[in-house]
Amino acid sequence: MKVLVPIKRVIDYNVKVRVKADNSDVDLTNTKMAINPFCEIAVEEAVRLKEAGTVTEIIVVSVGDKTCQEQLRTALALGADRAIQIETDESLDALNIAKLLQKVVEEEQPQLVILGKQSIDSDNNQTGQMLAALTGMSQGTFASEVVVADGKVNVTREVDGGLQTLALTLPAVVTTDLRLNEPRYASLPNIMKAKRKPLDVKPAADFGINLTARTSLLKVTPPAERQAGIMVGSIDELIEKLKTEAKVIS
Amino acid sequence: MSILVYAEHDNTELKADTLKTVTAALKIGSDVHLLVAGANCQSVVEQAAKVTGVTKVLVADNAAYEHQLAENVSALVLELAADYDTIMATALTTGKNFMPRVAALLDVAQISDIIDVESADTFVRPIYAGNAIATVKSLDVKKVLTVRATAFDAADTDGSAEVVTLSNVTDAGISSHVKDELTVSARPDLGAASIVISGGRGMQNGENFKLLDGIADKLGAAIGASRAAVDAGFVPNDMQVGQTGKIVAPDLYIAVGISGAIQHLAGMKDSKVIVAINKDPEAPIFQVADYGLEADLFDALPELEAKL
Repeated sequence: MKVLVPIKRVIDYNVKVRVKADNSDVDLTNTKMAINPFCEIAVEEAVRLKEAGTVTEIIVVSVGDKTCQEQLRTALALGADRAIQIETDESLDALNIAKLLQKVVEEEQPQLVILGKQSIDSDNNQTGQMLAALTGMSQGTFASEVVVADGKVNVTREVDGGLQTLALTLPAVVTTDLRLNEPRYASLPNIMKAKRKPLDVKPAADFGINLTARTSLLKVTPPAERQAGIMVGSIDELIEKLKTEAKVIS
Repeated sequence: MSILVYAEHDNTELKADTLKTVTAALKIGSDVHLLVAGANCQSVVEQAAKVTGVTKVLVADNAAYEHQLAENVSALVLELAADYDTIMATALTTGKNFMPRVAALLDVAQISDIIDVESADTFVRPIYAGNAIATVKSLDVKKVLTVRATAFDAADTDGSAEVVTLSNVTDAGISSHVKDELTVSARPDLGAASIVISGGRGMQNGENFKLLDGIADKLGAAIGASRAAVDAGFVPNDMQVGQTGKIVAPDLYIAVGISGAIQHLAGMKDSKVIVAINKDPEAPIFQVADYGLEADLFDALPELEAKL
């Protein structure tokens, strides 16, 4: 069984983002970038399925400029077999990304597509669901457990009140939540090996899709800063303040 | 200009956050309809009809919608879409799950997690875990939006909307529900509680979360946790407050043994009053707290419980 894992290059999750002085966007100049944490979990899940013998080939794909090859190589070092870069300098809406991925799905015919549930930059949480809708594949979002058996995949999902398990007919789209697995680190020999694995570059323009932007970013501002309050010296003082000053308990 | 709002519910109760999404909808236009899709969900319909500002409640009561599977619900919404300029859902489990499908099938962008409405086509939303706030204009004819409920006040419930029963049923048949394992708790829901007390890595283990129980009982509070506490296996993920967990904005948020990582702050910094109890005076949580107490939580918690 073939698995497709779309991944995204984003700001490293340890780095605090700054807004540009002209409020046009965030400033990513000289910022440490990394594979989106949820995408890393998706790669790991695919690798584990391959190690378990369920999966025969893992293809990773990313949409972006040349720099995203770095993240594709990381995924190859983690265990993916080959990579596709869909090359564009534009920052595309989730819908256009999903349309490009739809074309890749049509060509590669994977039985399973595993994606991160959201990227930590735009926080959209859309691409997996859009891809499922466009391809007509079944959908299991926010997965904390994935079990493939008998032409189906059982996905246990993180829902507001706890967990929900769905049985999906293959082919299926699964998006990852945090507890699905703990990604491994790439070993040095695997990093070296990854340099020789195939990485195809395909210009986005060649996919024959109208990639016109559907949204326009008018401005980006820093969030309202919360003022630090006061330190209290004791539980008694804390309770007193909450009762008489903040009036949030009685 | 009509707006369709998807009602989030569990077939019994209309989620309070839907009232907040209705408020967001009323900032866009005045003809707001609520869609209740479920099975044996009559009590939800009754609650939905009372939401002030809602002119019509559409009801799709069928076994195909019992678990609100994304494939089926999105097909239903798509059939109704022609009559609406704007389609909205609360950014909770169900809305996040099916709405992007609706957008994709309508061939429009979705704008997720809006926290303010500037005009009928321009919305404000947090990006980078709330470390930046973006103002985004939709260039599509139809708008598909999810709403961060904590950013809006709840609509009143003294209305009486017309109830319309829908007959269209779609069952895509490619996914089926196996089981739910929902956390049973006598405490209020994290998202709806007016007081939340959360523990972090400083709690040291799951057993110690019991120290929060008595305080939560006395305050009528929900209990939450930081991602560090969830990752360490102390408590289940449905207790997680943060960028990757639940976003809460209660009147009072008490953070115990939580250092205040960016990703946790993203989930609670809109709380009205924040209290932090931590033994590390340098913990970043103190920079956002209204009241900070530098103390060992193992001393502070029993004392707090005794004195409340």
